[in-house]
Amino acid sequence: MSIFNPFINFFRVLRQVVKGNKWYYAWVGFLSFFILLGLVAYFRQLNHGLIETAMRDQVSWGLYIANFTFLVGVAAAAVYLVVPAYVYNFKPIKEVVLFGELLAATAIIMCVMFILVDLGRPERVWHILPIIGKMHFPASLLAWDVIVLNGYLAINLFIPFYALYKLAHGREYNMQIIKPLIIISIPWAISIHTVTAFLYNGLPSRPFWNAAVLAPRFIASALCSGPALMLIIFQIVRKIYKLDIDNKAIFKIAELIAYAMGFNLFLFGAEFFKEFYSNSIHLAPMKYLYFGLHGHYNLVPWMWASLLFNLTAFVLFLLPKTREHFFSLNLACVLVIAGVYIEKGMGLVIPGFVPGTLGEIYEYTPTMVEKYITIGIWAAGALIYTIFLKFMIPIYKGELRFKSSQSKNSSLASNL
Amino acid sequence: MKNNEKKRILTKPISRRELLKGSAFGLASLAIPIGKVDASFWEAFFQKHFREMNRDEVKAVIARLEKEYYKKYNKNFNIKTTEAIPGTLFGYGLDLSRCIGCRRCVYACVRENNQSRDPQIHWITVLRFKKGEKWVNDLERAEKYYYPEEVPEEGYFYMPVQCQQCENPPCVKVCPTQATWKEPDGIVVVDYNWCIGCRYCMAACPYGARRFNWAEPRIAREELNTNVHYLGNRPRYKGVVEKCTFCIQRTRGNPGRYPACVEICPVGARKFGNLLDPKSEIRYIIENKRVFRLKEDLNTQPKFFYFFAT
Repeated sequence: MSIFNPFINFFRVLRQVVKGNKWYYAWVGFLSFFILLGLVAYFRQLNHGLIETAMRDQVSWGLYIANFTFLVGVAAAAVYLVVPAYVYNFKPIKEVVLFGELLAATAIIMCVMFILVDLGRPERVWHILPIIGKMHFPASLLAWDVIVLNGYLAINLFIPFYALYKLAHGREYNMQIIKPLIIISIPWAISIHTVTAFLYNGLPSRPFWNAAVLAPRFIASALCSGPALMLIIFQIVRKIYKLDIDNKAIFKIAELIAYAMGFNLFLFGAEFFKEFYSNSIHLAPMKYLYFGLHGHYNLVPWMWASLLFNLTAFVLFLLPKTREHFFSLNLACVLVIAGVYIEKGMGLVIPGFVPGTLGEIYEYTPTMVEKYITIGIWAAGALIYTIFLKFMIPIYKGELRFKSSQSKNSSLASNL
Repeated sequence: MKNNEKKRILTKPISRRELLKGSAFGLASLAIPIGKVDASFWEAFFQKHFREMNRDEVKAVIARLEKEYYKKYNKNFNIKTTEAIPGTLFGYGLDLSRCIGCRRCVYACVRENNQSRDPQIHWITVLRFKKGEKWVNDLERAEKYYYPEEVPEEGYFYMPVQCQQCENPPCVKVCPTQATWKEPDGIVVVDYNWCIGCRYCMAACPYGARRFNWAEPRIAREELNTNVHYLGNRPRYKGVVEKCTFCIQRTRGNPGRYPACVEICPVGARKFGNLLDPKSEIRYIIENKRVFRLKEDLNTQPKFFYFFAT
């Protein structure tokens, strides 16, 4: 009997995922359309090569790596829920921490996708692995990134899956298994973002990245965009699944975003001052970003918009009155996500390459293929997260239960 | 700059219709015809890292590659795997007082090393500077796209840049798969069958010396150089990085030949030799002329010496 249980349980989950109301189907259909569009664009890119993108030898990384960097930040931000939930035992947040961990896992999966579409030879990606490939560890920071990102993905999949697996069997999860993983996930979250920052930071050929403030700024901005994304998702989930998420959790996270954004803006100011006051030749990339360089202004409006968004959101999150009012709270969340997406995405990657190492200015504007692939990956991420929630929330609420051999269960209970 | 307009044309956005059309072909090419695939497909897929193969494995790979190239270009290639000659460390000298900016070196290199003609790939970039303007440390005023009737132009001077074959190469350090490394004779090489095309090395190189195959490289059959080295000028693939190798297929010989750029230079501005040989021309230059290296502040220790003979 019990041999079949895993299959029966799998079909229960599958049924839960496949069945839904018309809004669910509409949403999945909507996402699938963009995934398909992304796939079509990706096949074109595979066929013709990365010449389909606007990247060239002068600007050899673009929109894909920009999105990758932003999403590492989103993933790292789950720590903002884990710390208050488990370390300070703040009850309202503890109830939503699982969804934060799933969001982190989804973000890492999207990161992997963005790296894969950026590779010239994706079929050789196994060369980067240890043992079967020839991983350049510890010299290459990209090798470090492979390790920390995959480790983080494993942790953030294991914790929610384990907890919900136990819940689905009607059992309490074992805190002794979860606790060490949670403790380790805190520095690990910091590490994924630090390593990603170091990936840029360690290149003296690119003065814009070669500033010590880069890694701290990465962390600070990640602790703004990630939680802001979560706040919006929590409100949607709360509405759709009639889930009890305490307002206190939402307002507490919003308050924490304010502190992180304050720190981020301070670090930005420090960087801005250092570059402009010293006015050395390394000012060029910063000048390109905010004022344009030799008649090239592509990123200027974006960067000022980003700064304005971040400043406005900072004020909205900081004042209790606007923080605890859902309209201004959500506005602030959207502003922060957009602001950090610009600043940590294109605003970080492109000035590394402009001006180039031989002084050339190549203005990069992503092609339609790049945009379709990017949208496709975002849609895929949204679909993955939707599916996670579709079967996890019923388990969480006790509506979906797994079949398990009763006798074994009771004997276990009596033993304990 | 002028270049941007050209780039725009290449990267103009495509319509959805075009996109769908192109992708249908893409999908078709992706469907792996299981059963039809010959063994060489999987041999190529599972090919080991160049430095991890034993002699027999290298031989087998070379035989397979020669067959592949024959199939692709209908030409017999001779792929060498000549190892570094003991006691050599190659160094390069470039006399800035002589260079006239004619770019003959650029195109001699393209022909010798089978660079793609469409899209165009050049391993050598010649920079033009206005006399009296800043240069050396600040290359913002460097002009790569100059097209005069005649060179040298009044009031300008030229500085060719190519791989500086650093003793401390940042590109090698960052490569996540060890697809690029420094050989015992100091040449930094790439295994085109191991590179995954992540382009981290291009971000790391301070000299803009690395080139990526953004598309399938295209060369007319009659223009192919079939005398090639595995780590050097053999035809490359779409999606991998390539770079100058000091013409490894020529210089690693006994007797060796000069790199193509040295041979072609009409004013004798380019010098090449063994840094470990006290009687070599390159050693004479270093010991007797005013030499400098590009971006010394980054501590990459180039083996490429710029100098002024007159």
